[in-house]
Amino acid sequence: MSLNTQIRTLLTVITEAAIEQVLVRDLDRLGVRGYTISDARGRGSHGVREGAWTKSANIRIEIVFPRAMAESTLLHLQATYFANYAMVAFLQDVEVLRSDKFE
Amino acid sequence: MIDVVVLFFLFGLAAGLLRSELKLPVALYESLSVFLLVAIGLKGGQGLASQALVPLLPQLLAVVVLGLVLTLIAFLILQYIGRFSRADASSMAAHYGSVSVATFAVGVNWLMTRDIPFESQMTIFLAVMEVPAILVGIVLMRGVSRQTRWGALAHEALLGKGVTLLLGGMFIGWAAGPDGLAPIKPLFFDLFKGVLALFLLEMGLIVSHQMDELKKRGLFILSFAILMPLLGAVLGIGCGILLGLSLGGVTLLATLAASASYIAVPATMRLAIPEANPVISLAAVLGVTFPFNILIGIPLYHRWASYFIGVAG
Repeated sequence: MSLNTQIRTLLTVITEAAIEQVLVRDLDRLGVRGYTISDARGRGSHGVREGAWTKSANIRIEIVFPRAMAESTLLHLQATYFANYAMVAFLQDVEVLRSDKFE
Repeated sequence: MIDVVVLFFLFGLAAGLLRSELKLPVALYESLSVFLLVAIGLKGGQGLASQALVPLLPQLLAVVVLGLVLTLIAFLILQYIGRFSRADASSMAAHYGSVSVATFAVGVNWLMTRDIPFESQMTIFLAVMEVPAILVGIVLMRGVSRQTRWGALAHEALLGKGVTLLLGGMFIGWAAGPDGLAPIKPLFFDLFKGVLALFLLEMGLIVSHQMDELKKRGLFILSFAILMPLLGAVLGIGCGILLGLSLGGVTLLATLAASASYIAVPATMRLAIPEANPVISLAAVLGVTFPFNILIGIPLYHRWASYFIGVAG
């Protein structure tokens, strides 16, 4: 039996926990239906972000949706946050079942 | 003699500087801070239950003005002497105009250990002094502009975790009174010192991580982060004496004025003035001002307060 998968786009955003609430509001406004947020640790151009303490903590947001929406969301993030916040965001193609969940 | 809670801070600092693997769970640090805020709130509220609240209003106004003045002074020093950008000067000034709950807790502990009484409204001062500096910082940066989302920022400043817990604890302490609080006294009052010790252990670790940044930033930050609290303490002592506070109260108000926020303000400033570099403010506040206040500042402010009260009296 073969899996009946379809291609969707995964947008991963790694950024400062400090802006979680405003980001979530943005996503709602952009019509994003679902996302997953988890705590993250790591190192980058803004130094070591250990996650041991709320103010230096990072979060990772993952959203699976159609390509066009992924691109417009990424453009919004670029225009709004890239200049002043520690933020990395990238797109990947992923195969999903139940593709209607990711419209 | 050095307080035992301060020894825990030094332990955390040393462990961090020696790059030990010691790390407290994030959830524990968050829980300890919730405990401290509620405990401080309850204690203040309990004291307020036995006094009239209306005469406090002029005092609250006075400490709000104190917070505003401190923010403006810090801004002028940072912009004209330190040559900071407007964004960095505004953001850092807001940190120094606001107050630190942890420093306040160490001050309370210092006074309690020595059986020095202080007024219960000090807790309200703590809650009230957190906010004005944030608003002034934003106005210094943006002017009074229509684009500023005042609603969102006021929400963030007034209903942030710290102020909410403090005010909630105070309300419960006030409503329940000493008798009502008796059943929870073992947890919130008797364990205060132990919890503060563990909290300061984590603070020591956090502070140790600011050291590298501090080395890069040089002498101005170091001098500012020591001189600004000293100036704040003097203004705090003056304000406390004008308000007719006791020696303990004046010491605590000086400690509040000398302290700088490292929780509420950084979070709000990150949203309100994103151009400001948060690393500089945190290095100054956590790397220098916080340890300076708990190791040297509080005993010093107490000595100054005794001296000035003597002179004024």
